[in-house]
Amino acid sequence: MKADNEFRMVIESRSVNEGFARAVVAAFASQTDLNIEELSDIKTAVSEAVTNCIVHAYPDTVGKIYITAGIYSGFRIRIKIRDCGCGIADVKKAREPLYTSLGGDRAGLGFSVMESFTDKLSVRSAPGKGTSVTMEKIIAGRPGHEK
Amino acid sequence: MAVFINSRADEVNALLKGDIDHHNAPAMREAIDEAVELKRPKVLNIDFSEVTFMDSSGIGLVMGRYRTVNALGGELVIKNLSPQSYKVMRLAGVEKIARLEKIPQEEGKTI
Repeated sequence: MKADNEFRMVIESRSVNEGFARAVVAAFASQTDLNIEELSDIKTAVSEAVTNCIVHAYPDTVGKIYITAGIYSGFRIRIKIRDCGCGIADVKKAREPLYTSLGGDRAGLGFSVMESFTDKLSVRSAPGKGTSVTMEKIIAGRPGHEK
Repeated sequence: MAVFINSRADEVNALLKGDIDHHNAPAMREAIDEAVELKRPKVLNIDFSEVTFMDSSGIGLVMGRYRTVNALGGELVIKNLSPQSYKVMRLAGVEKIARLEKIPQEEGKTI
């Protein structure tokens, strides 16, 4: 399906770009009729995905993060966040709540947040080949739709 | 500075400001831990009233501070969560380890 509108951008995997990335996606998503909660959900989910790229995909290097987003039929926002980093050997395990391969203050809830705060999450990954996370958010405020 | 610390006798109050994410959380963590280790308080209050955004890094921040303050025999109190921060916190069941004060009210019902 063709998007009503879409954008793509490439950022470096520097933590200072986490805020930048979620602000850009939120500004783009604001073209739809979404409410404040939906906008916050999108910002939170994007922040998690971009953080994963920075922390996990490129742990010791600065790599590229590819972000694309599209608006479909005025109410569906699809966001894809891709890296060419180390990849995930066991995606199922990585998606388990509270699982983290790091320690410290990482809560292990990145994928749980993405899953709860969007309507659809798919993760494709292979070791050495990077990871691609696609999320979809359905905007409830569209005409004729009651949440 | 993204965190303001104000300590009294046996309480440490930490007012967080701005976005809590993986980029900003470490500085907040260090400032709070420094005050807690110095004061060894009975209560650590973390005030979210000036937090503009929070992702799961905020959960990590709270869980980690709980471990620190709990090891010293103190209590953790989380204050003034925004609806967005509260929604993130609830995913982790933070209410089980910290006392939540002034949490957002959902429409038509008291939580």
